Amino acid sequence: MKAKIIITPKKAVLDPQGKTVQTALEHMGYTGVTGVHIGKYIEIDLAPGTDKAAAQKALNDAAHKLLSNPVIEDYKLEIE
Amino acid sequence: MNFAVLQFPASNCDQDAVHAVRLLGHSARLVWHKDPALGDTDCVIVPGGFSYGDYLRCGAIARFSPVMQAVKQFADNGGLVLGICNGFQVLTEAGLLPGALIRNRDLQFHCENIFLKTATNDSAFTSKIPAEKILCVPIAHGEGCYFADEETLAKLKANNQILWQYCDATGNLTDTANPNGALQNIAGICNEKRNVAGLMPHPERACEPLLGSDHGKWIFESIFAALKNKTVAVVA
Repeated sequence: MKAKIIITPKKAVLDPQGKTVQTALEHMGYTGVTGVHIGKYIEIDLAPGTDKAAAQKALNDAAHKLLSNPVIEDYKLEIE
Repeated sequence: MNFAVLQFPASNCDQDAVHAVRLLGHSARLVWHKDPALGDTDCVIVPGGFSYGDYLRCGAIARFSPVMQAVKQFADNGGLVLGICNGFQVLTEAGLLPGALIRNRDLQFHCENIFLKTATNDSAFTSKIPAEKILCVPIAHGEGCYFADEETLAKLKANNQILWQYCDATGNLTDTANPNGALQNIAGICNEKRNVAGLMPHPERACEPLLGSDHGKWIFESIFAALKNKTVAVVA
């Protein structure tokens, strides 16, 4: 089993990396890009047979306390 | 006075902080990140550096170290805590100070002298800074852009918690004087109880003329005065 956590900067937070990449894309001629947001992707391996609901709860807790900083970041958690 | 200077793996301003405190006539010792207790301590300094390699986010891992649990308790009991640079990042991650420090807006690491305006003398960290004096102190960071949501920012202002702001040589809070894009030019703040403070600049690197500036000493002198006057609780 695997948990996938995608962390992105909150909308109100300055994202200079995203802005720089957006400008680079424009310079390369890619049109229609209205925003680039750069975050993190974390993959967590879970022991086979792990209870999905329990893992969801534990990982939400971990994502809130350690994996993301709720002041500046949002996260999405998927378990598969 | 006894200062406890924390030491995490990859702290690199810990010895500077110890040196500055001793130079100014007080005692300081290093406390290892695995120590669960601070011992006899009047003030804690969380020093600059790259604790735990800045993995995940600056200060994110340091916050869970055993010594930080002791620091939290020390702060809860009213003890004075000063976070410098990475120490400021650790204190925000630990929830001891509001907001967060994010990547500098130009994506560059800034290592230079900057000017600081003291926004209020009403704190244990600023009381001895001469009125209207513009401080010249160094910065050295890549992630020092202070961010807080609007509600937090309003609260900081209402409670007079902004302690230092980046300014030009004559004290104007301009955008060009802001090295990292920090909201409201914020360089340092304190908590609501006013016993925990953090700042991105390095006062410990500016305590003697030999280093180009001794303006940082006033921040330490403020702490000494607060401890001497016992305006804050001293907890061992």
